[in-house]
Amino acid sequence: MPGKSPWKVAAATAVIALLAAGCSGSSSEDTEVLPNSISIGIAEPSSLIPSNSIESSGSQVLASLFYPLVRFDPTNKPYLVAAQSITHDKANKVWTVRLKPGFTFSNGEPVVADNYLDAWNYGAYGPNGQLASYFFSRIDGFADLQGKDPDGDGPEKAGEPQAKKLRGLKKVNNLTFTVTLTEAFAGWQSVMGYDAFYPLPKAAFSGDGVLNKDFENAPIGNGPFKMKGTWQHDEKIAVEKVADFKGTIPKVNGITWKIYQELGAQYADLVAGNLDIQTKIPIENLASASGDLGARLGRTDSSAFSFVGFPMYLDKYKNPNVRRALSMAINRDEMTDQVFLGSEKPATSFVSPAIEGARSNSCGQWCEYNPTKAKQLYTAANGPKDIKIAYNVDGGHKAWIDAMCNQIKVSLAINCTGSGLPKLGDVVTKARAGEDIGLIRLGWTMDYPLMESYLGPLYTSDGSSNYYGYKNSTFDSLVRQGSAATSTKQAEQLWNEAENQLVRDMPVLPLRFGQNVFGWSEKVTDVTMDLFQKVDIYSVDIAS
Amino acid sequence: MFRFIVRRLLQMVVTFFGATFVVYALMFAYVDDPYQALVGDRPITDAQRAALDARFHLDDGFFQQYWHYIRGLLTGDLGETITGRSIGDLLAQAWPVTIRLALLSIVIAAVVAVGAGVLSGIRRGGAFDTVTLVLTLIVLAMPIVVLAPLAQLVLGIQLGWFPPTAGRDAGLYELLLPALVLGSLVIATELRVTRTSVAENLRADYVRTARAKGLAPKRVIGVHVLRNSLIPVITLIGVDIGVLMSGAIVTEGVFNIPGVGFNLFRGIRAEDGPLVVGFVSVLIIVFLVINLIVDLVYAALDPRIRYE
Repeated sequence: MPGKSPWKVAAATAVIALLAAGCSGSSSEDTEVLPNSISIGIAEPSSLIPSNSIESSGSQVLASLFYPLVRFDPTNKPYLVAAQSITHDKANKVWTVRLKPGFTFSNGEPVVADNYLDAWNYGAYGPNGQLASYFFSRIDGFADLQGKDPDGDGPEKAGEPQAKKLRGLKKVNNLTFTVTLTEAFAGWQSVMGYDAFYPLPKAAFSGDGVLNKDFENAPIGNGPFKMKGTWQHDEKIAVEKVADFKGTIPKVNGITWKIYQELGAQYADLVAGNLDIQTKIPIENLASASGDLGARLGRTDSSAFSFVGFPMYLDKYKNPNVRRALSMAINRDEMTDQVFLGSEKPATSFVSPAIEGARSNSCGQWCEYNPTKAKQLYTAANGPKDIKIAYNVDGGHKAWIDAMCNQIKVSLAINCTGSGLPKLGDVVTKARAGEDIGLIRLGWTMDYPLMESYLGPLYTSDGSSNYYGYKNSTFDSLVRQGSAATSTKQAEQLWNEAENQLVRDMPVLPLRFGQNVFGWSEKVTDVTMDLFQKVDIYSVDIAS
Repeated sequence: MFRFIVRRLLQMVVTFFGATFVVYALMFAYVDDPYQALVGDRPITDAQRAALDARFHLDDGFFQQYWHYIRGLLTGDLGETITGRSIGDLLAQAWPVTIRLALLSIVIAAVVAVGAGVLSGIRRGGAFDTVTLVLTLIVLAMPIVVLAPLAQLVLGIQLGWFPPTAGRDAGLYELLLPALVLGSLVIATELRVTRTSVAENLRADYVRTARAKGLAPKRVIGVHVLRNSLIPVITLIGVDIGVLMSGAIVTEGVFNIPGVGFNLFRGIRAEDGPLVVGFVSVLIIVFLVINLIVDLVYAALDPRIRYE
């Protein structure tokens, strides 16, 4: 049988397979890199539409493509960027935004008031399902853009909303518009610094209030960078400098946002020099990171707040001394040092101290590790002998929950177990239904750098993330008064008073404040990160 | 032969729909609230939920949803992920790199396994045989979650022989390290099967006859023994191709290759039913086709096998 030797067949198959594997790989489009451009690692963004962006990867990319109305200085005070002026009436209800003239989108369209109104109306309109739409909820008329549930709550199909445009948005002239809020709010200027408030060009819409389907793959913004090609899903997003940008000009000529599914792979590329900036060093690599990176490892505050909520709807946790004792039974420093290897900081207040006006140790003695006193208080208050801490198992919380339970066991001589539920949704649903799931593991990152961004959603009676049923009318009214205050100083004072009420009530057990732990390659310098977990793309530079 | 293929193809259609249904049902049972996963630590509002329901029909019953899915599938529409990306596009982007990776690793694995397997089969009990035995045991004992990051650290970062990550447009060189790691999943079993099979056939009557005829030892081993010994190995390789494509979850994650395993992992993590079902459906087709090819290769290798 000539030519039928299995060796030959195998060799031929192998050669064909190798050719197939090798050849098709070299067909990448444009691998040429701009001089003075850098790469930053991110995860695949869930969306690149500003009003749909609620995670840090998308937010970072958008920050390079868009120019916000305000940005925040190192003390997290807002300053004007794309806005010429932002003024408000005496009551803090009607805000007038005047835009800087001469700005254009990267496709050449001038930036006018209509671009803001169109984008915000799109974001707020319920049926568009934009995930950041709640940012617009303070604007007058927001409720009319949401479909009403026929039965008030629950899974019934929502009806058609009454209006398509926000009543509170009015164009004054080409460069000026007013925003009317439902309730007075002193911090509105800071709120407008978020992604959802970027303008969208006319080119983004295919009809009135209908977004182009392709827009997301190559967003056109008013920022210092523009898209180079389209979004290469799961691979990269390349942006390059806009030629004659009118605002602050970044120092680098381009950024390639490299997309990674796993932080470990990203770290390998960073160490090997294939990636310039990693915004989050994985905890597994923290031990070796200072050896691998040396001085190229940075830490700044982030707004993340980890805490455990007390189920206030259960009788056994009604006594504040039970809650205080549990808080004092925990050694926060040991937890951040040993479990988190110093990548997070112990929390001894209810609002991140990185926020202007917030104090770092408002909790005082109740957040200090004091097992003796904790045990006395706990025994006197006759606290429950068996404690559970509910958490979602998909978030990597097991290690520290177990550590926390051990501390409670040792300090209070009671039994403590972590009870893992599959998803955060399960935890929240059970807590809302008033079930006894024990203490509730929760986390929070701010929306805007104001104390209210913690106090409002987490602790007010109708707060969107108050799952533990804390209700205190004094606290609620102090927060509301602070929001309506005429000056920032007065607002902060009222909010601090509100926080004092929290210290008295201890509805949650503050545990840790997050930090950005980031690293960079030898190629770049001046890398900093802000509270929003974003790299400052204006300050980063090529190392000379 | 023709009738055999047609019959197998018809069976494949039934298998495909059955398997898809099972996977769909499993995902339906598993998926709880993918919308909440989208927004992280913040509760999703009712208006957002309503808008997403209108798009993904997750508020419908099981059979309604399955009907939606199959209707889309038959018109070539695989649906959208929860983040709004077309699953058809995702498949088109993910498959090429995974196929390249799987082919490369199967070639590496097969060449090494058959080569070393034949050698240790001939010299059973020799030094080479003992060394491969120990090596295969080590590889078998090392799970890929350990092997992949270890190879990346040592060969990719510390020694710098290979790039530590690959990416979608990776060439042969970039894919070599992931392919080696992935190939190690199957190399040990393939090697052991080859060795046993060769050792067994060496004692067969036809080999003695061939030797008695005065054929060169090279020809005896290379043609007579090898051809018969390859039948079980080919079966194994066929199954392994499927294993490698779906089993690349860890490897693709570690080396940042946006392929099939990468997407499956993402789909499972994000509770993205349509995404998982779409990828698994294609995996099922790949499995079925490869098994058909393997069966046809039998006939070529062994003239005694006929499909009528």
